[in-house]
Amino acid sequence: MSTVLAEKITRRYGERTVLHELDLAIERGEFVALLGKSGCGKTTLLRALAGLDPVDGGTLAVPQRRTVVFQEHRLLPWWKVWRNVAIGLPRSTARAKAQSALEEVGLSNHADAWPVTLSGGEAQRVALARALVREPELLLLDEPFAALDALTRIKMHGLVRDLTSRHRPAVLLVTHDVDEAVLLADRVLTMREGRIAAVHEVPAGARERGSAPFAALRGTLLGELGVTE
Amino acid sequence: MSTTAIAGPATAAETGATPSKKRALPYRTISWIVPVLLLLTWELLARTGVIAPNVLPAPSSVGTTAWHLTETGELPRHLWESLKRAAVGLFIGAGVGLVLGVLTGFSKLFEALIDRNIQIVRAIPFLAILPLVMVWFGVGESGRFFLVALGTLFPIYLNTVLGIRQVDPKLVEMGRVAGLSKLDIVRAIILPGALPSILLGLRLALTNAWLALVIAETVGAPAGIGFMATNAREFLQTDVIVLVIVLYALIGLTTDLIARALERRLLAWHPNYAPSGGRK
Repeated sequence: MSTVLAEKITRRYGERTVLHELDLAIERGEFVALLGKSGCGKTTLLRALAGLDPVDGGTLAVPQRRTVVFQEHRLLPWWKVWRNVAIGLPRSTARAKAQSALEEVGLSNHADAWPVTLSGGEAQRVALARALVREPELLLLDEPFAALDALTRIKMHGLVRDLTSRHRPAVLLVTHDVDEAVLLADRVLTMREGRIAAVHEVPAGARERGSAPFAALRGTLLGELGVTE
Repeated sequence: MSTTAIAGPATAAETGATPSKKRALPYRTISWIVPVLLLLTWELLARTGVIAPNVLPAPSSVGTTAWHLTETGELPRHLWESLKRAAVGLFIGAGVGLVLGVLTGFSKLFEALIDRNIQIVRAIPFLAILPLVMVWFGVGESGRFFLVALGTLFPIYLNTVLGIRQVDPKLVEMGRVAGLSKLDIVRAIILPGALPSILLGLRLALTNAWLALVIAETVGAPAGIGFMATNAREFLQTDVIVLVIVLYALIGLTTDLIARALERRLLAWHPNYAPSGGRK
């Protein structure tokens, strides 16, 4: 039984069809990355899975417990860090759960800080803690590292890989970054004109940046996205 | 550097606070020198008879009058009347302004129903309707409450609507993803997000409240510090008139201090209002 099961889902904005009878299945514990040019419908797909946008046709089954990490941290500046993490949790256990989630992302000593005092990377780690504290069955990542500097991004990749292998939610990562997709995902999808254009299982050896399988898959994916190096 | 800045999770705001606090102290002292000098000069000129007491009495004689009127209980009674009027008027005006502002901010239908009417009424200088208020309410207390309420309603209404409009829709979306109910989104995201704007509205409303009160009390009030001034004018008691002016100034200062303290407390998260921020 798949955690996410989308069958022939369609989404239109006026005349334009953004999702075109798209099929997608994600299993529990599986990390799927979704690549595509701007406007190919990948964010629309993520928002449909998040329940933020409706679909016009097809059937879509997603778990109740699902969370999103957006490109911006979207922390409430008027709440201290721990309350941001605990948003929507029952009061009695909120503080303890937030504290342990912050510990997992290495920010337990920032629990009582105001969000404005955090760096971009720290704020994004808090956003990650906020997503994890809900113990999601489906974790949706909408270009969560796009606004970070290159060094912070590398650290975040490691952190996300650790956390997802420990909690094993189904993960859908939407990204522009081919390297990131190959390094993190079990399966990489490319999307074109509202459909899944290609599916690639990531071979075990491809997780090493600079290895031959990595370079091969990277080249294939870039080719599918219409980029030549 | 003091040790407090190093202990705990040192933040940019905290480390920045120490030097600015050290510098602020002498400047604060200096800022009081000129007013004190002016006061002394005034006292001197009045005592030596350069300024006639019926034009401008010496500060010390204003102080004596204040003491005397406090002893007889007259001053506290009038002051209480005035504060009560301001408080009741502000409570009504701010309450109505806030409720209408929230309704307009949230609902397109309410905006269509309310907003234009308020904009039209707002275009009238509210003191211009004073004669009408007197016809409606006579010289009773309710007319004065009405004037204060009218003066405070608009700044609160406008800033509440503005504040709600400026809340980042992305934060609201995050609230939905986190599974908050509509009511929780209003409580946790929209109202706190609008709060800086609402508090600014409150400060403007306080200024208006005192302005409205001065006018309301000078016209046929049986008590209140405005009445004291009008009454004193009849008897050429310049010291009482000056006392009332000083009282208005002190009340204005106090309410502004309270409003700022409220801002600092409620907006501690906001970089512009935090105690260690640029403001004093």
